[in-house]
Amino acid sequence: MKLLIWLLVAALIIFHQDFWNWNSQTLYFGFLPIGLLYQMGVSIAAALVWWFACTFAWPAEIEDFEQEPAEKGGKA
Amino acid sequence: MTYLIAMNDGQTRLTIILIYLGLLLFLGFFASRLFRGTRDDYLLASHSIGPFLLLMSMFGTTMTAFALVGSSGEAYKKGIGVYGMLASSSGIIHSLCFFVIGVKIYRIGRKHGYSTQIQFFRDRLDSSFIGLVLFPILVGLIIPYLLIGVMAGGGVIAVMTAGAFPEWATSGNGGIPAQYGSLLICLVVLIYVFFGGMRGTAWANAFQTTVFMVLGVVAFVMLANRLGDGDSFVDSLSRITQQVEYSKLTRANMSQTLFFTYMFIPLSVAMFPHLFQHWLTAKSANSFKVPVILHPIFIMIVWVPCVLIGVWASSLDLTNVKPNDVLAFLVNDKIGPVMGGLLSAGILAAIMSSLDSQFLCIGSIFTNDIVTHYLGKDRFSDRGQVWIARSFVIVIVAVTYVLSLQGYRSVFTMAVWCFSGFAALFPLVFAALYWRGLTVYGAFSGILAMVGSWGYLFWKSDFGANTEFALHPFGKSLPIMPVVAIFLCSLLAMVITSLITKRPSDETLAKFFKT
Repeated sequence: MKLLIWLLVAALIIFHQDFWNWNSQTLYFGFLPIGLLYQMGVSIAAALVWWFACTFAWPAEIEDFEQEPAEKGGKA
Repeated sequence: MTYLIAMNDGQTRLTIILIYLGLLLFLGFFASRLFRGTRDDYLLASHSIGPFLLLMSMFGTTMTAFALVGSSGEAYKKGIGVYGMLASSSGIIHSLCFFVIGVKIYRIGRKHGYSTQIQFFRDRLDSSFIGLVLFPILVGLIIPYLLIGVMAGGGVIAVMTAGAFPEWATSGNGGIPAQYGSLLICLVVLIYVFFGGMRGTAWANAFQTTVFMVLGVVAFVMLANRLGDGDSFVDSLSRITQQVEYSKLTRANMSQTLFFTYMFIPLSVAMFPHLFQHWLTAKSANSFKVPVILHPIFIMIVWVPCVLIGVWASSLDLTNVKPNDVLAFLVNDKIGPVMGGLLSAGILAAIMSSLDSQFLCIGSIFTNDIVTHYLGKDRFSDRGQVWIARSFVIVIVAVTYVLSLQGYRSVFTMAVWCFSGFAALFPLVFAALYWRGLTVYGAFSGILAMVGSWGYLFWKSDFGANTEFALHPFGKSLPIMPVVAIFLCSLLAMVITSLITKRPSDETLAKFFKT
């Protein structure tokens, strides 16, 4: 599952580059440039990937830790 | 309301700003009523921050003057590409850092009772000296970050109160001079941090984040209607967009390699000392899930309106307006004084929601990593440590304010240099958490390589004055951001030195890694 999450993050980074819309003048709804609309899609996709990561790849060691007693104070 | 009507526009906006600042002070005082008197409560809110407050405080902390004032100013100059360059990339990378670094830091920090990054690195690398090396670097990188907020806050107040006092117009625009605006911001933040500590800061951040998100969207709608003057909202948006030149609606004037290498900048959040402290305030590890998931969406809600406003502004005649002041100027000029006052409060909210955490974290670092580390924890009571932190917060606010009087720099450029330094320390924190092979000499080498390469490139950029400074290792047509070189220098020095020097003891490693 961790590998899948890393692959999804890598995909987000690749899709984020968006070289294919670099000079496109297309406007959606008459005001939203494709370059901006696409990047808004990247933001939404990022939220979905992180939801997936938190749901299916939440670190098991964290769950274990919640049961452990805490030590008091570091070296300061 | 009658009184507001009797005032001129500048005075109306000033009154609303003052009411807003008063509300913040009230929040700080209210939070101080819940203060338990302990160091842990003052610096970490007794680890009581749940998912919603954690989301709002982490988001408010990472969104600075850079997000509102800098984004609109930069979009005014360069167009819509600014959103992809820094906002959507931050949505990916910030959440990655929260997930990979933040959650693990929380676990280790809670287990060993840390309050600051330096405590963690000292224990992890089994070296007290690493703290002395990190202390000036972290504080040195945070101060420009603080200056961004203080200077932008003063600038916003100066623009928004223009004409409030016509008798001062001979020496300025008749508004509160920027240096007094900066002083006001410093004092308000100082007071609520001083009394409210981390709890006051988290509450103020949540309040301010709500304010700047809501008012940002309201400003967007109102400005669209005023600038476009169409039959409907969408018609207004369409009309104003038609007036914008082609290059601002595409990334035609932006380099693809610069766009790609900007992706390194958001890695800086992994090493922000103030964010480290926020991570440790979480009530449980599960509290991180909401911030990790919603952070990219919140960034979108704040940045898209600001970028579009900046792009629209590029079609107007704003010859005498500095890019940093574009947002404030438009709000001031195009929207009524009451709404203008509220929107200025929103801009100030974004600025102050970062300043507070930064001031508090520097107080925490000084108290934990210098005073109690060298003079002995037992020499000071809990209350004594709180007072030391508060005293250092006062000193750092005063230093920041004096430095802010030295002159104008682009918010965007200053932030990028500051973030580049933090981003180049990402390999250090990542290795400390995931690589047993990291040695103390590897850490020293990485840090020194970062300082050396950052200092050299900052000098080459005329100390940030050359706002277009870039490196060209692959030819003139393929520029890259300086952060790439600084990052690689730090990473290589750390890895190579670690491979040839002795690891920390097994006992030390056992504290941080499963056997």
